[in-house]
Amino acid sequence: MSQGVQVAGVYVRDQDEALAFYVDKVGFRVHTDMRNGDFRWLTVQYPEQPLFQLGLFVPGPPVHDGATAQALNAMVAKGAMPSLVLQVSDCRAACERMRANGVEFTQEPTERYGTVDAGFRDPSGNGWKLIEARR
Amino acid sequence: MSAMSDAPNGQDPQLLRRLLRAKDRIDGASHEDWPVSRLAQVSHVSEAHFARSFKEAFGVPPHRYLLTRRIERATALLRETPLSITDIAFQTGWRSLGTFGRIFRDVTGESPGAMRQRARAAERALASVPACIVSAAHRPDLRTAVLEKRRRAAGATKDAQPTKEIQ
Repeated sequence: MSQGVQVAGVYVRDQDEALAFYVDKVGFRVHTDMRNGDFRWLTVQYPEQPLFQLGLFVPGPPVHDGATAQALNAMVAKGAMPSLVLQVSDCRAACERMRANGVEFTQEPTERYGTVDAGFRDPSGNGWKLIEARR
Repeated sequence: MSAMSDAPNGQDPQLLRRLLRAKDRIDGASHEDWPVSRLAQVSHVSEAHFARSFKEAFGVPPHRYLLTRRIERATALLRETPLSITDIAFQTGWRSLGTFGRIFRDVTGESPGAMRQRARAAERALASVPACIVSAAHRPDLRTAVLEKRRRAAGATKDAQPTKEIQ
């Protein structure tokens, strides 16, 4: 058995919207999609990284009261949550593919420090860096 | 201003997401001109509401945010490239070298040349942190208007006229 981080999550404003974004536009696949009443446990996974799941969580009951949920939604929407990094083998090709799918890029691919990086956001406001793996 | 928007997180997340788009556009092209009319259009907000909403969301007026990003980018170019200070001034959106040098000093407390020397000496320590994070860590924390900062530095004792944000 290997040890390490299994799930880390982002808050999203709408799980259906987030699912469509991460699966159809970015290239993740669904790992777990389980409902219990209003609660929905939803995680996605990058095909080449089977030991890690990215959780797509909506702030709200039963975990958060209304004011807390509103505060968390606001934090995400103003881009205040920490950026995530997606490592890819070819940044420009990944950008082209994702842009064709309608992903909103915040930074064009830029070559620097011996690699290429770009930036995009999910519909909720979570920021991502797309960084090409150093060869 | 409504009581609602005085609350720490009182702004509508949908509005915030649209304001973030304007902030992202500044981030993506800080060398360009960003008049309020252009930013308001990106956010689908009226010009009258844009500046106030932006400041409420991000803590600084949009123009001051633009200045911090330009200085941040100039600092990165000073640190990472052999470009001349003149080239850096024009590449980061200033129309005159004098304005660049003056605002750079006002914001960071040192001249572009001095910053370049000091930063180069320290750069090796940060090699393993992603570049964008390093850059953001060097973003100037501009809490007051540039003119205000300049006046304080000059030791003015009077509370003068309300400061007009520098263009």
